[in-house]
Amino acid sequence: MSGHSTYEPKSGFTRWLDKRLPIIRMAHDSFVAYPTPRNLNYWYTFGAMLALCLVVQIVTGVVLAMHYVPHINMAFASVQRIDRDVPYGWLIQNIHSVGASMFFLAVYIHMFKGLYYGSYKAPREVLWILGCVIYFLMIATAFLGYSLPWGQMSFWAATVITNLIGALPMIGESIKNWLMGGFSVDQPTLNRFFSLHYLLPFVIAGVVALHVWALHETGQNNPTGVEVKSKADTVPFTPHATIKDLFATALFLILFAVFVFYMPDALGHADNYIPANPLQTPPEIVPEWYLLPFYAILRAFDFNIGPIDSKLAGVLAMFASIGVLFVLPWLDTSRVRSMRYRPAARQFFLIFVVVCLVLGWCGGQNPGRVLAQSGDFTATLRWVEGGAVSARAFSAPSEEQFDETAAGMRETATTEGAAMTMVSRSNATDARMMSVVGGTPQTQTVSARTIEALEEAVQEAKAEIGARAPFFVTERASPMAFTVTRLSQVATFYYFLFFLVLLPLLGLRETPGRVPDTIAKPIGGQTQEAA
Amino acid sequence: MLRALTVAAAVFVAAAGVAFAAGEAEHPHDHPFSFDSPIRGYDMAAVQRGFQVYNQVCSTCHSMAHLSYRHLGEEGGPFAAYMARNHETGEEEMVVGKPAHGGRFVTVTENPYVRAIASAVTISDIDPASGQPMDRPGRVSDHFRSPFPNEIAARAANGGAYPPDLSVITSARHGGADYIYSLLVGYTGEVDGALYGNRYFAGGKIAMPPPLAEGAVAYADGSPTTVEQYAADVTTFLQWAADPHMEARKRMGIIVISFLLVLAGLLYLAYKQVWRGESH
Repeated sequence: MSGHSTYEPKSGFTRWLDKRLPIIRMAHDSFVAYPTPRNLNYWYTFGAMLALCLVVQIVTGVVLAMHYVPHINMAFASVQRIDRDVPYGWLIQNIHSVGASMFFLAVYIHMFKGLYYGSYKAPREVLWILGCVIYFLMIATAFLGYSLPWGQMSFWAATVITNLIGALPMIGESIKNWLMGGFSVDQPTLNRFFSLHYLLPFVIAGVVALHVWALHETGQNNPTGVEVKSKADTVPFTPHATIKDLFATALFLILFAVFVFYMPDALGHADNYIPANPLQTPPEIVPEWYLLPFYAILRAFDFNIGPIDSKLAGVLAMFASIGVLFVLPWLDTSRVRSMRYRPAARQFFLIFVVVCLVLGWCGGQNPGRVLAQSGDFTATLRWVEGGAVSARAFSAPSEEQFDETAAGMRETATTEGAAMTMVSRSNATDARMMSVVGGTPQTQTVSARTIEALEEAVQEAKAEIGARAPFFVTERASPMAFTVTRLSQVATFYYFLFFLVLLPLLGLRETPGRVPDTIAKPIGGQTQEAA
Repeated sequence: MLRALTVAAAVFVAAAGVAFAAGEAEHPHDHPFSFDSPIRGYDMAAVQRGFQVYNQVCSTCHSMAHLSYRHLGEEGGPFAAYMARNHETGEEEMVVGKPAHGGRFVTVTENPYVRAIASAVTISDIDPASGQPMDRPGRVSDHFRSPFPNEIAARAANGGAYPPDLSVITSARHGGADYIYSLLVGYTGEVDGALYGNRYFAGGKIAMPPPLAEGAVAYADGSPTTVEQYAADVTTFLQWAADPHMEARKRMGIIVISFLLVLAGLLYLAYKQVWRGESH
């Protein structure tokens, strides 16, 4: 949309400057006269909020860096000093930590908006990829920043993530040691993390400039996905888009303020108020909420894939889940941009949003947590009442032959008329076999909802039967269980299915709805986006 | 679809029930603290009593290294002093806590209450004349005295267990103040070697012996000297210690959010004005 410039310098100074550095002209063309589609809804206001978030994070961050001490013995105390003694330090620190969450909240909405309206499709591929670069840098910056307070979660998150990179074959170990500045997360790690955490926001700011430049070259997409065709389709950026962005940003700031002033710790983890202790692993290590979906994808791989072990598979899948966004413009084959006119794709997109939320939920749960099970855990106790009990010691020639020897002993006892036998092993080769001849065989089955409760029930049953049984043979059966890991696997599968299979196929096979000819003249009966 | 959702919800509820039954620690008791509400501040009398309990009981094992004595007398602290005019005598006199109106804040270094608290403590320091270690009375600028010189000494004196620092303890535990209160009143009376049964501690056994006993701390203001009262008071003090600017934060929040609401309203009207007559 870089058409003819409408800027006219009005004073002597601006005329003078315009000939030498046309910076006011550029600002005027980019943020005042810049034509924006007239049908942009509120989902399109998050770009402005993101710009604000970046500025807020940089300004508060620079002030915090004046008081923060990047030393493993002093970092935690220096954050406490900021909260307690620095004038309004508590406010600045709260804004910075809550601000990270608000930044991610806005970026996720901004990205889902781009996905839904097909804003990544030609000619906006570079615009989209620059956005993905910004998002990736945001993740890196947030991770580095989270380690700085040097609480338990800071330290252990840094340890887990740097160790993940060590899973890469050949180069992983070297990169890991290079990142840590040694062989464990320690003083050199904290120093370089602080340095990089200060650097990356300015890199982000640079890429944001490219992102805005690309945006102004191609023009904004809009909810119909139809390109601007005439002046009737657009309104000037200022005042129309500006005022709408400002209103939406004010609402966003209210949410921001509610967290800063009333729930400053709600989005963090209590363990980060415990100073880092390399000798004590916390009971659960979880990232901040905005990285939970990736954590779920990482942990979904609890199995090896051929030569790739589960850890590496998880790491690769985690990076691939972000990497796939970079190639999205070439995965989606549809000629229609906006999912507003793609009824089938819209359904799959809604499922995709739910799947992302499910992944986030899974990332925060204990992976072994059982969500549903086919029935109870059961144990069948068998014993013989009133028989003649005999015990015999035996040893196997070697450890490998133990099972064979034991089976032989049992067989002999059974042929001699034993109703039941039990082998209790005392070491690698020696054992004692108990057998009971005659008597009446008895069985009892106990069941319980969890494995712990089952063991309790088994102990109770044994105590009740008591001396009537010389010994027990116990067979346990576990029900089929659907755990958080399984749910993560299903969700991860859909995540990749959506990008790698559904979007390429849908574009070729679906029948899109009727797309309006222009933005200004929607087809009759087409309801406007209720923002 | 609705039925599928109901079934899914039922499964989730059942799973949550199982998880709860398997948990070892009880969910903390929801104690009605003054600071729970989004508007109210601290019950400063409780913070003062709680400091007394910390000082006489907890501080024999637990440090609060991030606090200094001066914090007690700063604005928003439990012993903040103000000069206010007595309406009956017309004399200026010193009161603890901000008067309803007026009142001139007394600098911490001039605050007799905080000075008395600090000077009652013995601090190890270096003699500025000889350079040798020496003991001296505490100053308001000193950090709270730690009971042990280091973690090894703390463990050695406590049967291997390390009494955690209490500066931010209510922030550092799930359940916050409710958890701390529950833990203090949650002893079952069972003893297993050096471990004590506690309903709210993960695992059910804690190395800390029951710290509070009825009548152990004498209150000057006539508050009941029960374990429950001590627990509530010391928890209120610990919450203040972890979040000393809460009152200022909540007050500023009301102003900021009111401002933003008015601003958003005006921006909405401006938005309507700008877009009037534009089809979109």
